[in-house]
Amino acid sequence: MPAAAKKAPARPKPTRELVFGDLWEFDPAPETADPKLKKRYDLFINGSFVAPKKGRYFATINPANETKIADIALADAADVDAACKAAQMAFTGVWGKMPGKERGKYLYRIARLLQDHAREFAIAETLDGGKPIKESRDFDIPMAAAHFFYHAGWADKLEFLAPGRQLAPHGVVGQVIPWNFPLLMLAWKIAPALAAGNCVVLKPAETTSITALKFGEICQEAGLPNGVVNIVSGASETGAAVINHPLTTKVAFTGSTEVGKIIMRSLAGTDKKMTMELGGKAANIVFDDAPLDQAVEGIVNGIFFNQGHVCCAGSRLLVQESIADEVLAKLRCRIAVLRVGDPMDKNTDLGAINSREQLIKITELVQSGVKEGAEMHQSACRLPTKGFFFKPTLFSGVSMSHRIAREEIFGPVLSILTFRTLEEAVEKANNTAYGLSAGVWTDKGSRILKMSTLLKAGVVWANTYNKFDPTSPFGGFKESGFGREGGKQGLLDYLKVA
Amino acid sequence: MSSRLHITKTPKCYVGGAFIRSESGRVAELRNAKGGFFANIPQCTRKDLRNAVEAAAKAGPGWAKRSAFNRGQILYRLAEMMEARGVELAESITLSGVSKAEASREVAAAIERVVHYAGWTDKYEQVLGSVNPVASAHFNFTVTEPMGIIGILAADDAPVLGLLSLILPAITSGNSVVALASTTQPYPSIQLGEMLATSDLPGGVVNLLTGQRSELIPTFATHEHLRALSGVANAEDRKTLKLGAAESVKRVRLLKAEEPIDWFADKMQGAEEIRALIEFKTTWHPVGA
Repeated sequence: MPAAAKKAPARPKPTRELVFGDLWEFDPAPETADPKLKKRYDLFINGSFVAPKKGRYFATINPANETKIADIALADAADVDAACKAAQMAFTGVWGKMPGKERGKYLYRIARLLQDHAREFAIAETLDGGKPIKESRDFDIPMAAAHFFYHAGWADKLEFLAPGRQLAPHGVVGQVIPWNFPLLMLAWKIAPALAAGNCVVLKPAETTSITALKFGEICQEAGLPNGVVNIVSGASETGAAVINHPLTTKVAFTGSTEVGKIIMRSLAGTDKKMTMELGGKAANIVFDDAPLDQAVEGIVNGIFFNQGHVCCAGSRLLVQESIADEVLAKLRCRIAVLRVGDPMDKNTDLGAINSREQLIKITELVQSGVKEGAEMHQSACRLPTKGFFFKPTLFSGVSMSHRIAREEIFGPVLSILTFRTLEEAVEKANNTAYGLSAGVWTDKGSRILKMSTLLKAGVVWANTYNKFDPTSPFGGFKESGFGREGGKQGLLDYLKVA
Repeated sequence: MSSRLHITKTPKCYVGGAFIRSESGRVAELRNAKGGFFANIPQCTRKDLRNAVEAAAKAGPGWAKRSAFNRGQILYRLAEMMEARGVELAESITLSGVSKAEASREVAAAIERVVHYAGWTDKYEQVLGSVNPVASAHFNFTVTEPMGIIGILAADDAPVLGLLSLILPAITSGNSVVALASTTQPYPSIQLGEMLATSDLPGGVVNLLTGQRSELIPTFATHEHLRALSGVANAEDRKTLKLGAAESVKRVRLLKAEEPIDWFADKMQGAEEIRALIEFKTTWHPVGA
């Protein structure tokens, strides 16, 4: 009997919603442990904290209440030069000659010490960056430690990465990381670089330097040889100095595609090796046979995790037309109960937007969505009066030409589009200059594999979203960058193959 | 025998499975080692390059979908075609003045290289890909995918071995290529095109242009449908290519023209050469009922 003749049984109506009004409000559940912060953070160069040569500092604020947390050293070209020279000295003097087995033991130590200090790092991360404490506590910090554990074990097994070829570290690696996962991105960069035998000069993002500089304290506690890790805080000029310094023979960057292209141009006349982990505009594709409640949770996690400050955020929801209304209804119910507010509260789902600048960018793109004719649905939640916050936002009736369907918003804003056939879903999903990640929701294993084959994206999540693991290579196709982070593929990007 | 007038061949470029002359109609005289006229070589233009990219775009998806086994069979067929016409190919190399022995050595190495990659088509995935032991209940695996269309800039020397050493790792994994042959020794690439045409390789998978590097490099640099550039270039051209590549985050892998390259070396072939022109895709597949 042809399958089409049999009509699928109607889906059960959505379960009734329990409305509590404000009868049972959550009690505040603030995280109160001491993050052990300093009033002032100096640069971490050659194993010590040193004042910037010009003596300049900038304030880092808590985006949840706009109060100043600490002064952060502003490194200029001379400071970066000192850091690069320290790294080069450490490379030629100690680290480059050290047997892999010994390097690995340092990385194990760092991993352990990160676990020991996990709570204070989580709180520092949330204070400085605005992400909910439950995320920094349960995701960012444990995952950062896991990256050091994973790469520690590689340090004495590098010859298995490219059988039959000679491998050698690059020497000094310059690394520039973003503000969305400050310590985790540091771990993604530093752990493989050190395991491969390189020394690093890393520039954290301007708004989130604290955990990177606290990591300097971990390096000291681990007894890591001086100069193996150097942290230079500052703004884009500092980053440019790191990337353009003649001693950094390899450059690893995570950030926007726009800045990635600037870096590629600035290095065009050099022989520097590069890896680029850039922006994304991922499609999260829901077929009509998907387990919908699970899918809705995945969609919410895909776009609202870390306030949507995620390069691989599932920011374009592609729903099969027959279930579009039901999915939208479920999503509207779901965002209504997302708790937006104090990132330090353990019940908070969405914390603060990382900076005023980012809030302005999100607001502007959301306005363009309204202006271009998409229908906006926002949670009715009350936002704190101070700090940078944005309501979880859905747009239905979005078309491919809308800016909110094409540009990376990097905020809690989901654009919903529909499709009828698998081919149309693939066509829409791939119709972007980006190609970092994608999500597929379906009950059919064979369809998962077919979609995974057809989607032009470096990471495909099936019936899940925003999952990461040190063993799992992460990185993009097309204008989402090149090179991988994690797994054996990511580690090899930190080695010269001869 | 001696009374018969020799039929000369008009060199044509192999593009989209057909033999073309430049759309511009331009040619450049090619002289043999003694300085005598040998043939007129097409001088391909930016427009010819764009047409070749279009041909590659048409052929690419089909080639990428061929089974690894089939790609291996076709590459091996190419080796058979080259072996059969090896003497002719070696003669074309001697046009530049290298000895017959030297030319034969290059052809032999080139054929060996084709066989080497014919054997890789169904193996590199097992060497470069991985199953990743993630901590959650997922079957997590990383497979390779071809990047798409690769722009190739051959060195001036080793007109057969050098060119093939760049093309083979690209097509082994299912990429299609648009290659600019040696500017100074273009004729062997004309013959290579004829061998490719009879090797069962689908038309358009390999497109071979002849002409002036300086004219074509800016278009190689900026053409957005070329997803990677691979080849040999001098410092100035490397900069031009990398600047253009930045506009669409193109992958670039260039050897230095100012340094000697030992094309015969074992390290000029293998899985790492293939790795340079693939993308890694990681899939998280749920494990459960």
